[in-house]
Amino acid sequence: MSETKIMEDFAGKIRFREPQIEMAHGAGGKASRRLVEGLFAPLLFGSASGPLGDAAHIQINGTKIAMTTDSFVVKPLSFPGGSIGELAINGTVNDLAVSGAKAEAIVVTFVLEAGLPTDILEAEVRAMGKAAQQAGVIIAGGDTKVVEHGKADRMYITTTGIGRLIPGVEISAKSVKAGDKVLLSGPIGDHGITILLARGELDLEADLRSDTRAVLPLVQALVREAGAGVRWMRDPTRGGVATSLNELARDCGLGIVLFEEKIPVRDAVRGACELLGLDPLHIANEGQFLAIVSADHAEAALRALRAAPGGAEAEMIGEVRGEPESAVLVTTLYGGTRLVDMLVGDPLPRIC
Amino acid sequence: MKFVDEFRDPELIMKTAEEIRRLTDPNRHYRIMEVCGGHTHAIYRFGLNDVLPKNIDLIHGPGCPVCVLPMGRIDDGLSIAAQPDVIFAAFGDMMRVPGAHGSPLEHKARGMDVRIVYSPTDAIKLAKANPEKHIMFFAIGFETTAPSTALTLQRAKAEGLPNFSVFCNHVTIIPAIRAILDSPDMRLDGFIGPGHCSTVIGCRPYEWICADEAKPIVVCGFEPLDLLQSIMMLLRQLRDGEAKVENQYKRVVPWEGNRAALKAMNEVFQLRPYFEWRGLGFISQSALRIRDSYAQWDAERRFNVPGIRITDPKAAQCGEVLKGVLKPAQCKLFGRECTPESPIGALMVSSEGSCAAFYNYEHRKPVTISNANASLASVV
Repeated sequence: MSETKIMEDFAGKIRFREPQIEMAHGAGGKASRRLVEGLFAPLLFGSASGPLGDAAHIQINGTKIAMTTDSFVVKPLSFPGGSIGELAINGTVNDLAVSGAKAEAIVVTFVLEAGLPTDILEAEVRAMGKAAQQAGVIIAGGDTKVVEHGKADRMYITTTGIGRLIPGVEISAKSVKAGDKVLLSGPIGDHGITILLARGELDLEADLRSDTRAVLPLVQALVREAGAGVRWMRDPTRGGVATSLNELARDCGLGIVLFEEKIPVRDAVRGACELLGLDPLHIANEGQFLAIVSADHAEAALRALRAAPGGAEAEMIGEVRGEPESAVLVTTLYGGTRLVDMLVGDPLPRIC
Repeated sequence: MKFVDEFRDPELIMKTAEEIRRLTDPNRHYRIMEVCGGHTHAIYRFGLNDVLPKNIDLIHGPGCPVCVLPMGRIDDGLSIAAQPDVIFAAFGDMMRVPGAHGSPLEHKARGMDVRIVYSPTDAIKLAKANPEKHIMFFAIGFETTAPSTALTLQRAKAEGLPNFSVFCNHVTIIPAIRAILDSPDMRLDGFIGPGHCSTVIGCRPYEWICADEAKPIVVCGFEPLDLLQSIMMLLRQLRDGEAKVENQYKRVVPWEGNRAALKAMNEVFQLRPYFEWRGLGFISQSALRIRDSYAQWDAERRFNVPGIRITDPKAAQCGEVLKGVLKPAQCKLFGRECTPESPIGALMVSSEGSCAAFYNYEHRKPVTISNANASLASVV
């Protein structure tokens, strides 16, 4: 059977009707979801695809492994706290970690613009090596393409990783129940705002660093303590905490209620967001993760996270309730409430 | 965070809400208009309707500059940018506002050189960095942003900048309030006065609202406590049968306004005889044009502007919503054809637009949550 024939048999209904690709389709919010669910999923996964997670779980000869891929187009290439090379490794390690797997091997593709100074490339490759060593993952291979000057912006990196499932934990939006608690590993918005300021387009300065890091040690600490009580995890990168939790709310049909005063946000991030009219809940992170933990494990899980290195600022930021159905609500101490939707549009392009 | 946290203090907010409940006559229905889109946004963002008595109705006013701009002006601006070697520069909230053939952002995806700037002086930087291009700044806003456009034009003139112009859409707030009060279907008890705009014009320009129309107005800040305090001040005036201008936002708004800003505006701009507002129609002396002495930097004179006029889609009821006659959710298109993602009217685009604010923060909120939360609040 020809490849086309297979595809036709396989294909679900295409719902993506937009005439051209906009920046918003890459922003990780609503438009991205429409593109993935409306075009990629029906054509590539057929109609049987379930909720889309951070990594795919596949079975080879009876062994289950997790697999994921991610591209990095961040501008500028380096910024306070990190750079594209280290981001490319940690991003993939994190996608695997929050799907309940420890990254074992990564392959890398570089797309380089002719004219890129070698010392910049070398620095990024070194950063990748160091990040891989720290995360205990091997870089197993790679590919390089070079395009004409002006046809790419310096360098793009794509990483694909496979990981071994961490025993004793099963991640699924469907297992989330009313009464479960929402845990967050630390302050949000550091990465997105750092990148925005590093571009120098705003006359704003702040003492702020990207939060980029591997979250695997924290995930392991959480799983060791709470085990099967951990129902769902996600690293809130593009689109931020709001988008990740809206995806969860949609996938499980329940409401996520956040307590505003519990959400950790540094003053520099809050200040920048106030000035620019952004919501920290929509800002990207590269070194944090969200976890839904059953009520009976939540307190102990939070203590375990806080006791782990880098987890001191973890918080329980909310809980799952029966309503509002499939939506995320923020409540304040004085009794005000507001809905928080997924990111719409793209206020901050090319942050990772 | 200083100047923010004090005005979000839960204890003070609950105390003020309690005072508001005491001042409210349960047998009376209160209709208070917040003129400014920034207030509309804050009311929804902080969930203030949840803490107000049910017989206080906050009506959203016309003070969202993006929302009141007729679609034709966007197309006029885009038609200039479609000419060779022109860069279209505007604030971020303009980017997703639909014109007849798409928003500036959609034009950008098709190849137009569209840039987001955070201040008009950034547009001057762009002009200097791109001497072979012409930079057209799409200026928009009430008296809040008009002074910074004025200063930018003064700078362009002083430096003799050849490749820069401003497409001026600045409007003024007082004629808009007058149009609302003249509207026959509008019954209001008082106004929450614009905060940022008043920083420039001060409080005196509102005195006629009290003298001629016998309505109280309180100039107000943008934090939850500011808004509740202003509502409290309005309720006190209403209880005592008073109608005067009060300034709740004293930490920012001087009674006499900002003389330097007014002087710069006066030097650069003059009133247009009339200007079209979305939803409100043509209002005389309600907008600013660039004076002849700055003609060289006026995009409307430098380029051929088609003067496009487009009527809003028939089913869209932006005008009624802008005037406060309809609530966002009462529009036939709300949440169905018109959403923040595929907006039909500008009220659904700008974060200050009442439709976007209502859609994003409120419309799917179950009633029971606010009750559940009130009990949470009393526990704290």
